[in-house]
Amino acid sequence: MGILKSITEWATNPWGQNVPIHIAWFLIWVAALAGLLFLIVHAIYVRYFAKAEEYADDSSPTLATALPKRIPRHSLAARLFHWIMAASMFTLLITAFLPKIGLQFDWVTYHWIAGSVLTVSILFHIVHASFWLDFWAIWPDRADLIDARRRVLRFMGRPAPPPRKFAKYPLENKLYHGAIIATGLAAIGTGVFMLSRVRTIFFPRNPYLFSDMTWGLMYVLHGLAGVGLIALVTVHVYFAVRPEKLDITKSMIFGSMRREFYLKHYDPQRWTVRIQPSDSISTDRKA
Amino acid sequence: MAGGLDSFDWLKDRIKRPKVLVDLSGIAELKGVRTTSDGIEIGAMTTLSEVVRHPLIKEKYSLLAEGAELAASPQIRNQGTLGGNVSQDTRCWYYRAGWPCYRAGGNICYADTPTGRNREHAILHAERCVAVNPSDSAPALIALDAKFVLRTPKGERIVDAEDYFIGPDIDITRLHILKPGDLLTAIRIPSTWAGSKFYFEKVRDRNVWDFPLLNVASAMQVSGGTIERIRLSVNGAAARPLRLKAVEDAVRGKPATAATGEMAGQLAVQGAVPLQFNAYKIPLMRNLVKRAIGGVEEAKWAS
Repeated sequence: MGILKSITEWATNPWGQNVPIHIAWFLIWVAALAGLLFLIVHAIYVRYFAKAEEYADDSSPTLATALPKRIPRHSLAARLFHWIMAASMFTLLITAFLPKIGLQFDWVTYHWIAGSVLTVSILFHIVHASFWLDFWAIWPDRADLIDARRRVLRFMGRPAPPPRKFAKYPLENKLYHGAIIATGLAAIGTGVFMLSRVRTIFFPRNPYLFSDMTWGLMYVLHGLAGVGLIALVTVHVYFAVRPEKLDITKSMIFGSMRREFYLKHYDPQRWTVRIQPSDSISTDRKA
Repeated sequence: MAGGLDSFDWLKDRIKRPKVLVDLSGIAELKGVRTTSDGIEIGAMTTLSEVVRHPLIKEKYSLLAEGAELAASPQIRNQGTLGGNVSQDTRCWYYRAGWPCYRAGGNICYADTPTGRNREHAILHAERCVAVNPSDSAPALIALDAKFVLRTPKGERIVDAEDYFIGPDIDITRLHILKPGDLLTAIRIPSTWAGSKFYFEKVRDRNVWDFPLLNVASAMQVSGGTIERIRLSVNGAAARPLRLKAVEDAVRGKPATAATGEMAGQLAVQGAVPLQFNAYKIPLMRNLVKRAIGGVEEAKWAS
């Protein structure tokens, strides 16, 4: 309870109950600084200390020549989802937090509309990923954990065989996706109920749907998820613009990446590209 | 603190407990009515009674005198100031009781609920909070195209009267743009509307003294029965006094008759959303606007 008290604000309701009302707003700055600190530390590490990546040799000259010049990575539907989600996420963060740091504007309408768009796009993504994409490609598997252990040991200077190249998504990518799922679903799950607190086209307004304590905890969870997303989005944007990751970023725009980049970083056995004469098959689809 | 009539409510109820209270009553510069090259300047600490009695205001800007005279009681007008009247806080009792509503920094509006007591609350521009602005002088000043002079840490700032007030969509915790460290020092009224045809009407529960359920203020320049220019404002309908610009545009060039007033009244309440107990405000506002344009005799009351 102690930590909850220090990161939340409380008030006394008309029935004399002490209830949480929202997070303490200094957490906005904590999240922003945490995101900023991470990228500064990471940038310094990569620039001055990181060793060249070394992977177990699994190259196959035959495969390299058989691959198309552009390796398809994200289907049009997946890309559209990503950018719609990105636009709604930025809108949500801007409308949620800029008024709290002094930039006043009519934010509520934009916020709930963006939240509704995000909710619909996430529902689409869940169905799309479950039935049309390789659902398990984004979840950590045993090989990820073995390679992660190898990478940690080598980072610490201890003997370990080099890790394999990545599957379609590196472990860090998968963990980030997991963090986004946790924070995003917390924000959306609470946000859907919070729609009943404001005037929208969806529900009749009813602020007495839950007790004040339940509402308060819901606002706190929504706020914690929101500030968490500040840090997560900061980190995501940082990696998206890093030079060595630009191929991945571009693939989210154009749908494909260079063959050389694919062969350098990805294990063709873990991320199989179907070779067809047309070169037009997207590999995020089910095989 | 200006006259203290709003501030002392908060202090006596122990809801606000400021560490420091600055009494502005000793600053002569903030008091009195002065003529300028283009109208008059009224110090923010000028009492409402002084405004009501001032000969120049009575002669040329009687709209303000009427609005100020209908505020509160004689004793309160002797102590209350013009600056305080336009800057006072809302009267929503859920908020004034110190409960953690949106306006108090919380996450709920107790008035906008199926059982909330919201007879006096907003019908327009409500955004989570449904409290209304209770000032009687504010709509008169908007109709007179007044300018508010602010002294801020960054220097002097002059804003149009209508821009002095803000709704919950912009800042749910304040009714005006004053920030900590800012001070409203004076209100300037240009001569543009001096001697125009004015109309002020206030509807309240107790005619002895009460806050407005709704009030309306208009300044019209009429030539040959045709409205040439007009400024129209209502208060008590939203968290800020509303200048009805669409209505002004619609009636300009039309005869100042009951028919025009009827059309204006209909237009004025477009978009109004009543709460559980304040639907009466919609016909009330429609009729007040109608009377402000068509006149009391011509524009008979309609339910």
